[in-house]
Amino acid sequence: MITGEDVDHISWLASIKVSEEERAAFVASFNSVLDYFHQLDELETDDVEPTYRVVDLTNVFREDVAKESLSQEESLRNASRMENGYFKSPRIV
Amino acid sequence: MAGGDVIIGLEVHVQLNRLRSKLFCGCSTDYHASDPNTHTCPVCLGLPGTLPVMNRRAVEYAIRVALALNCEIQGETLFYRKNYYYPDLPKAFQITQYDFPLGMGGSILIKGEDGEEKKIRITRVHMEEDPGRLVHAGTIDRAKYSMVDYNRCGMALLEVVTEPDLRSPKEARSFLDKLRNILEYLDVFDGGLEGAMRIDSNISLVGGERAEVKNISSHKGVEKALAYEITRQRSARRRGVAQVQETRHYDELRAITVSIRTKEEAHDYRYFPEPDLVPMRIADWVPEVEAELPELPDAKRERFVAEYGIADDHARSLTSEIRVANFYEVVAKRAPSRLAAAWIADVLKGELNYRDITIDKFSPDHMVEILSMLEGGKITEKGAVEVIRTILDHSGDLSEVTPTRVVEAKGLARAGNDAVKAAVRAAVEESAQAVADYRAGNEKAINFIVGVVMKKTRGRADPGEANRLVKETLDEI
Amino acid sequence: MVMIRELQEGLFAGGSAEEMINSLFEKIRRSRLNAYNHIAEDQALERAREFDRSPWEGSLAGVPIAIKDSISTRGIETNCSSRILSGYVPPYDAHVIERLKEEGAIIIGKTNMDEFAMGTSTETSYFGPTKNPWDLDRVPGGSSGGSAAAVAAGEAPAALGSDTGGSIRGPASFCGIVGIKPTYGLVSRYGLVSYANSLEQIGPLAMDVEDAALVMEAISGHDPRDSTSVKSEGGYLSGLNGGVEGLTFGVPKEYFGEGVGEGVDPEVERSVWDAISKLEELGASWKMVSLPHTKYALAAYYIIAMSEASSNLARFDGLRYGLRLGADQDWHSTFSEIRAAGFGPEVKRRILLGTYALSAGYYGRYYLKALKVRTLIKQDFERALSSGGADLLVTPTMPFPAFKIGERIEDPLSLYMADVFTVPINLAGVPAISLPCGFADGLPIGLQIIGRHFDEVSLLRAAKAYEDATPYHEAVPKEVI
Ligand SMILES: [Mg+2]
Ligand SMILES: [Zn+2]
Repeated sequence: MITGEDVDHISWLASIKVSEEERAAFVASFNSVLDYFHQLDELETDDVEPTYRVVDLTNVFREDVAKESLSQEESLRNASRMENGYFKSPRIV
Repeated sequence: MAGGDVIIGLEVHVQLNRLRSKLFCGCSTDYHASDPNTHTCPVCLGLPGTLPVMNRRAVEYAIRVALALNCEIQGETLFYRKNYYYPDLPKAFQITQYDFPLGMGGSILIKGEDGEEKKIRITRVHMEEDPGRLVHAGTIDRAKYSMVDYNRCGMALLEVVTEPDLRSPKEARSFLDKLRNILEYLDVFDGGLEGAMRIDSNISLVGGERAEVKNISSHKGVEKALAYEITRQRSARRRGVAQVQETRHYDELRAITVSIRTKEEAHDYRYFPEPDLVPMRIADWVPEVEAELPELPDAKRERFVAEYGIADDHARSLTSEIRVANFYEVVAKRAPSRLAAAWIADVLKGELNYRDITIDKFSPDHMVEILSMLEGGKITEKGAVEVIRTILDHSGDLSEVTPTRVVEAKGLARAGNDAVKAAVRAAVEESAQAVADYRAGNEKAINFIVGVVMKKTRGRADPGEANRLVKETLDEI
Repeated sequence: MVMIRELQEGLFAGGSAEEMINSLFEKIRRSRLNAYNHIAEDQALERAREFDRSPWEGSLAGVPIAIKDSISTRGIETNCSSRILSGYVPPYDAHVIERLKEEGAIIIGKTNMDEFAMGTSTETSYFGPTKNPWDLDRVPGGSSGGSAAAVAAGEAPAALGSDTGGSIRGPASFCGIVGIKPTYGLVSRYGLVSYANSLEQIGPLAMDVEDAALVMEAISGHDPRDSTSVKSEGGYLSGLNGGVEGLTFGVPKEYFGEGVGEGVDPEVERSVWDAISKLEELGASWKMVSLPHTKYALAAYYIIAMSEASSNLARFDGLRYGLRLGADQDWHSTFSEIRAAGFGPEVKRRILLGTYALSAGYYGRYYLKALKVRTLIKQDFERALSSGGADLLVTPTMPFPAFKIGERIEDPLSLYMADVFTVPINLAGVPAISLPCGFADGLPIGLQIIGRHFDEVSLLRAAKAYEDATPYHEAVPKEVI
């Protein structure tokens, strides 16, 4: 069972602020979705290997060659706050 | 600071800055003198839709390092996402290794607190990407905002994690010096570049909880940071305040550590395998890399002792930096090897350290020339030191300052026999009291007369030779 | 309706690309479908004029193509129908866009979608739902709903979509057109804004199989910028007319009548059986096969997709691009509020659930468990499509025809259930196509054909044979003629 406190913790981890109304709605819908997910518990999977990816590739590399970068202007073009060629970030503490 | 109650483990982040390009994109690693955000592309800016592709040579370098640190290499390794938010991390996850690091269970030897050889165990060596760089407007805890430069973002990093085997800040420094030395031997790393080595440290007093001190930005800063933290923990204990498990930030400017997080707020990184990269099977690759490993410091030291007949201390000093070792070998092939060892290890290195410059600033040809003048009696030891200093302090065209020219220009040529003899005669005549003392049986009085000789020859006489001549003269009379 | 081939004939006969594209823009501006988020008027018209001055060669020379808004286009806003990415203009083209341009195509605009591809109806778009051209009260399917509606209504001859759990096939089915989800790894994902990396592929939506094959040929192939990209053979067009004689179709019993098949609309089921009979008539044989883990696919799929999404969508913090609100506070509060304001409810739901599924203590129960179930599902397909089994599988694409706007959006689970026949394919990584196979009350029904890994050739050949023998792809929505 997911509680309101769980939602608070998850929202902190996910960096998404959740309002009071959202919180209540999420508790209900999360529990119904998780209930649905729990049908997987019926399956015995101790001896089953997980499939992380369906392509059977290994050792895909690029060579150590330097290529042209974006210009500073292009790098910053989509940012809404910048200063002297830096992205401007909210304060850390 | 030793005291035996200190437990230190290190997590060292090393940039593989001898690569040409970043870990997952083609941006150049040569950003140190560039404007912010000019070595950035859609991939390392983490723009939506971009994907990482592994730099082959980065893996090769990582294998080299893991082998040199005596690690066991994992035949198959995986990359994971370490999820957390921070403005310097554009994807909000760091691609790193988790369950299957490249190397595990290694060790290196350092000179311990007691001067004896000591083994420091290495838990793991893994590959990851460097985040960007934050510039705070002021200090981290007071800045109104921060500025982000992603030039560094995506540089290939190795994280080297030690067991808590270190017992003092000095040992920690000694470990880092050795690590840096090995990395430079492997030609994967240039420790001279800003941000090349950054250290997080776990530190505790026996019986206490540990603090993780982050953001020690160079191997030189580590002693200061750890010493501060030990003192802080000791005085807290004296006041009866228990250390809690916490993360502290080292503020280099103020040379203090500041608590930034306690355990309750600890991160949940939600590691899971990076779906955009495929596994690496490197088992077959390892022997190839191993076969091409260069000679490492400990092996070189042993060889120097055997091949050049030099003292172990000298060999250790000469091999503690690849550039010095290479310099020595060039010189030792053309000059007496023991004399060369003594002059490079005891004199030249000291003069370089004093000036905080590297040995590239001095030519092996010049060293050979100086040693040959010394051997041939053309200059004294004091003169030789003067030549070295003059060359190191010379700014401008080095081709103009050959040792021979310095000797000429400064009149450092050792005084000829006649001149010394004349100076000895004059000195004996002037030093009636000392002569009387000598004759009365005070052997030490001779030193005064030698001093006068040295003064008269402006140091160009060999002190041993002067001593012999003074004695001869006194005994004659 | 515009077909690529007819359109090219017109251009070769001296028609003006500029006029043709202008008339498309005219149609789009008049449209009530809301299929497009942005039209790339300047870029497209400039390129069309260039083409008119000196026409170039290429399999798609002069052909206008619409692009799902989750695929990065240099100089054209790409916002995934999300407020948080509003205004973001990529400085680079996705691999598929480069390929289309190399083949001479003209990018005309970006199509509406479920926000970040999270949906089955295109109702979660920040810019409002796209409407189904067959019935404006109904959804076009999702998440590539804008692409499907645009093609079905003649607002583009072909479009690209992306398919994470049915997002190309579902809308193709609801809008009565053809859509392909290629084998995982066949088409580079470089430039596709990630939702669930291990599941998704870019693919074409078109009026018929041949047009779809033409676009497939252009966009598939190895890309060194995507580590999961595979070298491919191509040959989709040349193999198209081989017919179905000698092919064996497998009909998964779990998709009909029992288990997950219970909710299937009877009209849908009847149309698919008719299609099977038609294939038999054309010389194929069929047999029942079993995909025993089908009922677990939906749960496994949503756990994997949400988990990966929670990580993929973490980067949207407003710092380098996208939404930034008023005055900054500390970074955590600032980012949390931007993300609260920038994401819609379904996206938040999936990010939060995915975060939960990966969090300390739950990884084994959810993510790892789902990946193990994924193995079982993949093995189901390998068995059913083994050399002794079937060459291809036939199923309905969607359990029912297009539903009404607003009908399911309030109940996430009922919406998720619509993907029941499409998600297993993404879990297994095999290719599948959806093509029209009938109507229920005037709404199109889609037939799903599923192939072996990298056997797009057989898939397309079978689809083409069926299409040649049936009239459904020729039907045109009355609403928009
Ligand atoms: Mg690390
Ligand atoms: Zn880059």
